Amino acid sequence: MYSPEITQASNFVKGVDQAFLVILGISFLFLIGLTVVMIWFLYRYNRKRNPVATQIHGSTSLEIIWTVVPFLLTMVMFYYGWAGWKPMTKAPKDAMEITVYGRMWNFNYEYANGRRTDTLYLPKDQAVKLNLKAMDVLHSFYIPAFRVKQDMVPGKKDNFMWFEPQRVGNYEIFCTEYCGLSHSYMYSTAKVMEAAEFEKWMTDTTQLAAEVAAMEAPGAAGKKIMQNIGCFACHTVDGTKLVGPSFKGIWGHEVSVITDGQKRTITVDEDYIKKSIYDPNADLVDGFMKGLMVSYQGQLKDEDIAEIIEYLKTVK
Amino acid sequence: MHKEQAANMSNYLTYQGKYKGLLGWITSTDHKRIGLLYLYSILTMFSVGVLLGLAMKLELLAPGKTIMDAQTYNSTFTVHGVIMIFMVVVPGLPAVFGNFLMPIMIGAKDVAFPKLNLLSWYLYVAGVFLVLAALFFGNGAPDTGWTFYAPYSFKTGTNLLPAVFGAFVLGFSSILTGLNFLVTIHRMRCPGMKWTKLPLFVWTLYGTAWIQLLATPVVGITLVLIALERLFGVGVFDPALGGDPILYQHLFWIYSHPAVYIMILPAMGAISEIIPTFAQKQVFGYKAIIASTMAIAFVGYLVWGHHMFTAGMSGTAQYYFSLLTFIVAIPSAIKVFNWISTMYKGSINVQTPLYWAASFIFVFMIGGLSGLVLGALATDVHVHDTAFVVAHFHYIVFGGTGFAFMAAIHYWFPKIYGRMYDKGWANAGWLVFFIGFLALYTPMFYLGMMGMPRRYYDYMKEFQGGNILSTFGSWILATGLVIIIVNLVKSARHGTPAEMDPWHSKTLEWQVSSPPSVENFDEIPEIAENDGPYNYK
Repeated sequence: MYSPEITQASNFVKGVDQAFLVILGISFLFLIGLTVVMIWFLYRYNRKRNPVATQIHGSTSLEIIWTVVPFLLTMVMFYYGWAGWKPMTKAPKDAMEITVYGRMWNFNYEYANGRRTDTLYLPKDQAVKLNLKAMDVLHSFYIPAFRVKQDMVPGKKDNFMWFEPQRVGNYEIFCTEYCGLSHSYMYSTAKVMEAAEFEKWMTDTTQLAAEVAAMEAPGAAGKKIMQNIGCFACHTVDGTKLVGPSFKGIWGHEVSVITDGQKRTITVDEDYIKKSIYDPNADLVDGFMKGLMVSYQGQLKDEDIAEIIEYLKTVK
Repeated sequence: MHKEQAANMSNYLTYQGKYKGLLGWITSTDHKRIGLLYLYSILTMFSVGVLLGLAMKLELLAPGKTIMDAQTYNSTFTVHGVIMIFMVVVPGLPAVFGNFLMPIMIGAKDVAFPKLNLLSWYLYVAGVFLVLAALFFGNGAPDTGWTFYAPYSFKTGTNLLPAVFGAFVLGFSSILTGLNFLVTIHRMRCPGMKWTKLPLFVWTLYGTAWIQLLATPVVGITLVLIALERLFGVGVFDPALGGDPILYQHLFWIYSHPAVYIMILPAMGAISEIIPTFAQKQVFGYKAIIASTMAIAFVGYLVWGHHMFTAGMSGTAQYYFSLLTFIVAIPSAIKVFNWISTMYKGSINVQTPLYWAASFIFVFMIGGLSGLVLGALATDVHVHDTAFVVAHFHYIVFGGTGFAFMAAIHYWFPKIYGRMYDKGWANAGWLVFFIGFLALYTPMFYLGMMGMPRRYYDYMKEFQGGNILSTFGSWILATGLVIIIVNLVKSARHGTPAEMDPWHSKTLEWQVSSPPSVENFDEIPEIAENDGPYNYK
């Protein structure tokens, strides 16, 4: 959020806000000045007060003044805009790298140690480089409080943004490139922690163990994986139909699918679930749009899918 | 034709040629009738666009579902954009007022190619039907946004190709109108009508015509590339085929940015006519206004990249596009200074067209100045693709072009219909519309600064305040619009008959009868050395 109390949420805030201040300041000055002059002229030179107009053809010196002065002012604005933006284009070498996956309609994050989350955990005062990977269509990664935004372009190399979080807190992340049905629900949170706390979160195996312990219930691990990778943006577990079919009660049941244009009936088993994750359009559930889901090959390992299957068995 | 016969003939509205009624209109090559054909077709599409816009604002009154689901909302803003851009504001002033007035203003009986002119209107209608058909036949209305960005548009819209083809046909209508105007302005000026005596509205049509002629073919190139990809699987834009989605954005904006200048230049031209008339004063800096028109037409080609600062262009390209964007702002500023200076020491008759013209200057300044925020790199990164852009864009295109259109229709109404509108209702309509406009779009600047993305079906609770105000504004604006349209329609039928020159203007269209005769002039006028479009005594 753009509000004064969190102005220093990242290292870019100062440069960007300074550019805002300069441009908006000059703009308001012109807007108010010219509007007042115009209204004054409309009043003062109304034909009631000024029955005969004085014919003036123009003034070369005035034309020169109001060409040169705005030119200089726009160059000042251009400079501040450039100066605030330039540092965004090059990430420092020692920046911590996190991969961001964007797909219809969620973001998730992969850390160097393989940890995957649906919330962007960040250490304070540490440069972070986000490698942006769009899995299907264009998305745009936008953290308003940090004043950063970068489109995520499928297939583009060297698609990144960087910043240094400077204030502990939770900040909204929006997708700002229109990406279809649930574009307005494609958001996530950046959670900035003290460096030490972050370190603990990253490496603390006991915390991991605690998380695992919380997952003692059958299928809990699978559910966590699915949350992190964003399955529930399109699939429900309560029978409601979204963009994709609901998971409710699918295990072991028969579904009608379209394979190569032919309708056939199959039973949902391990092979079918695995195939639906790696090659979602091969056996498409009847009544759903082709091409909306992309393959998770390389995103999920076979062990992950085994956990997901355990979870789906519990969704009755 | 003999002089006597021409003088005896009825005016262009009542004239009866080979066909009667509607057929007499849709087969007419009279530039005035073609202008009105455009007016009625554009107003029809505009009404549809307004209703869609109102539905969107109603949906955004509260978070979550208000009146429609997400899919419907996404289609609504797409169809709203496509209709308003390609069928309303791009043809807008040139097709309506350019057609009606330009030949009279330069002392000609018609445009250079009257049949081509009628063909342009048919192409416009064909384009409208093609695009609408593409929108509604197939898998439901498209939900891509009016920009049709790849690769989403390739995934969802099976009808992308026909839609772009329709846009191309609309574009062709635009190219032919531009060509026709260029030839007319070059070849058909009456004796003594030197380039330096050309009314400023004609000058802006001239600049616009060049843009129409040179920028619109890019739509054709894009169409060919999309066809290659869709029909033969050549990877151009779709990354799945090895194409580059950013290339699509470049091609889209190489046309669509100059198109913004097609929308705004004639609007500036209309304002440049109205202010001297109501100030009863020589326009200030005639040559400076012409120079700024041509500068906008030229530099306007070179700034399309400012739509793509966050798309991932090279840093050098971003630098130059930002610099050029600031440079293109200067000619617009020069125009504003000259308009306001024209009022200085005038004898100002404040009438409805001048209310619209003065409020045009105000909203256009806000639109232009907020454009500086978007032209600067650092600030654009923050507000790009947020509600801020929607506010800026509507301030320019609806505030700029829309207000100028309203100014123009009230200004030239007595000439077109030979009757005067009801001034009280016209002023009331302006006031309500103006208040509604400010309430509708101003909160979007704030929402964008706060970080609310555009094309958002649903939003977080913190964005609600601004959205409520904006939705209320849309209702006020719609009320104003109804007052204005009802008043104009009633006045066109029952208004008091208008004089030839009710505003005491000096341009040629006011020296012919209201409404003009079929051939405009009984005798081609001659402009004396001392005469000029703004030579007030």
